[in-house]
Amino acid sequence: MIELKNINKYYNHGTVNEMCLFHNFDLTIKDQQFVSVVGSNGSGKTSLLNMICGSIPLDNGSILINGADITNMPEYRRQRRIGRVYQNPSVGTCPNMTILENMALADTKGKPFNLLPGTNKQRIGYYKEQLHTLGLGLEDKLHVKVGVLSGGQRQAMALLMSTMTPIQFLILDEHTAALDPKTAEIIMQLTDKIVKEKQLTTIMVTHNLRYAVDYGNRLLMMHQGNAVVDCAEEEKDSLDINFILEKFNEISVECGN
Amino acid sequence: MSIILGVLEEGLVYAIMALGVYITYKILDFPDLSVDGTFPLGGAVTVTLILAGFNPLATLFVAFVIGALAGCITGFIHVKLKVRDLLSGIIVMTALYSVNLRVAGKANVPFFNANTIFENSLVNRLFPASLSAVTAVIILAVIVLVVKFILDQYLKTRSGYLLRAVGDNETLVTSLAKDRGMVKIVGLAIANGLAALAGSVYCQQKGFFEISMGTGTIVIGLANVIIGTKLFKRVGFVKSTTAVIIGSIIYKACVSLAIYLGMEASDLKLITSVLFLAILVLSNGREKKVKA
Repeated sequence: MIELKNINKYYNHGTVNEMCLFHNFDLTIKDQQFVSVVGSNGSGKTSLLNMICGSIPLDNGSILINGADITNMPEYRRQRRIGRVYQNPSVGTCPNMTILENMALADTKGKPFNLLPGTNKQRIGYYKEQLHTLGLGLEDKLHVKVGVLSGGQRQAMALLMSTMTPIQFLILDEHTAALDPKTAEIIMQLTDKIVKEKQLTTIMVTHNLRYAVDYGNRLLMMHQGNAVVDCAEEEKDSLDINFILEKFNEISVECGN
Repeated sequence: MSIILGVLEEGLVYAIMALGVYITYKILDFPDLSVDGTFPLGGAVTVTLILAGFNPLATLFVAFVIGALAGCITGFIHVKLKVRDLLSGIIVMTALYSVNLRVAGKANVPFFNANTIFENSLVNRLFPASLSAVTAVIILAVIVLVVKFILDQYLKTRSGYLLRAVGDNETLVTSLAKDRGMVKIVGLAIANGLAALAGSVYCQQKGFFEISMGTGTIVIGLANVIIGTKLFKRVGFVKSTTAVIIGSIIYKACVSLAIYLGMEASDLKLITSVLFLAILVLSNGREKKVKA
C-alpha cells in the first residue's frame, strides 16, 4: 500500500515565480490496484510519480509504503521494490550493452553486484523464454547491442527488465507516448499481462484516455494538484470515455488550453 | 632497432595507464585529470619503498592500492561534495603534486643500483645476457597482458556490468537499486590504481623518480585510448582493451618519429599535445557512437 499524506510541493519556492503544485494532497493506493492517471500538462502527474520514487523532494508531508515512512529514503533504495518505465524508451536500457547483458543486469537487481560472472549461463534459456513472450524475435538477437533496436523494441525490453525481479510496485510514466499506435497497443497489452501475472500495484500516467478507461481498476484525473475524478472498481467499469473526455475538456477550458 | 625497443618499452608502460583512462573516459564518460597526479604518485611510492629495501614486485601492488585510494578521493569530491568532474580531477592532481614531493622527499630521486622488477637475480637467471636488450620489453609485455586479462575478466563480472551501465545510462543504475555515485567511485579507484601502477613500472624501468614525470599523463592516456578505439572500431574481434594497448604503442611511435625527424627532446610535450589535437580533429567527423 502506498500512502501520500498531506503533501505540499512548490516549484521556485521563495521567488516571484513560486507555484504551488500540491497543497495538502492525500492519496492512498491499495495493494494490487492498477491506477491510471490522466490530466493536462502541468497538472502534477509526473511530479506525483517522481515524489513517490524519490526523484524530487517534498516540501512537506510524508510518503508511506506498507506503513513504513520512506519520505527521506534515497531514490536508489526505494527502487528495490519499484519497477519504473519511462516515456523515453532509451532510459530503460543500456544502449552500448547487448540484449543478453541488459537482461543479465536486470536479473541481478536486488542481488549483490560482486565478482561473480555478469551473465549466468544457466539463465540464458530463461531470458530467451522471456524475450520470446514479447513476440519481437529479440530472443534470436541476444548479442546485438540494444542501441540499434527500435524505440518499441527497447520499450518492450525496458518493461520486461523492470519487472523481471520480484517487485511490488510498477510505475509507468507515459510509457507508450513515444511509440506508434500499433506498438503502443502491444506494449499496453503486455503491461496488463505482466501486472496481472505478477499482481503488481501499478500507477500509470497516460495521455491516452482510452487506455486509462480500458486498463486498470482505478482512474484518477489530476488538475492543478488535485484529483478531480477518482473512481475505482465498479464505478470505473461503468465509466464512459465520453464522460472522461467531457470532464477533460472542462478542465482544459478552465486553463485556457 | 633501439628506437623500436624504446617505442615498445614506453608504449607498453603508458598502455597500463591508458587502460585506466579507458575506464574513466570511455566507460564512465568522466574526464579524469587526477591521473596526472596518480602516475607520479605511483613513482614516488615506488622509490621510497625500493630504497627501503622493499620487494619490487610487491611495490607494484602497493602503488596500485595507493593510486586507487587517490582515485576514491577524486570520486568522493565529485559524488559526495558535488564538484564537477573536471574540477574534482584538477583539485586532486594539484594536491598530489605536494603529496608526491612529501612521499619521495625531493623532486628527483635516483635509485640505479637497487633491485627492481627489471633488475634482480631471478631476471638475470631467466634471461641470458644475449637477450638483455629485449628483457625489459618482455617483462613489460607480461605485465600489460596480465593487467589486460584481469581488466577484461572484471568487466564481465556483475560489478563490471554495473560499471559499464553507469557510463551508458545512469538512470538504469538507479532503477537497479544501486547508488550510481558508489559505482563511479569504484571506477575512478581502478583507473587511478592503474595509473599509479604504470608510474611504478615507469620508475622501476628508468631507475629514478622525477616530480614532473606526470605532466601530460592524461593527454597521453586520452590519445592512446582514442587512437586505439577509433582505429579498431570496425574490427569486431579486437577487444577495446587490446585496441588501447596497440593505440599506446602507435602513439609513442608517432612521437618518436617526430623526434627522429629533427624535433628536440625538449619539444616532447609540444609534440604530445599537437599530435593529440590532430587525432581529436581527425576523429571528429566520424563520431558515430550508438546514441542513448
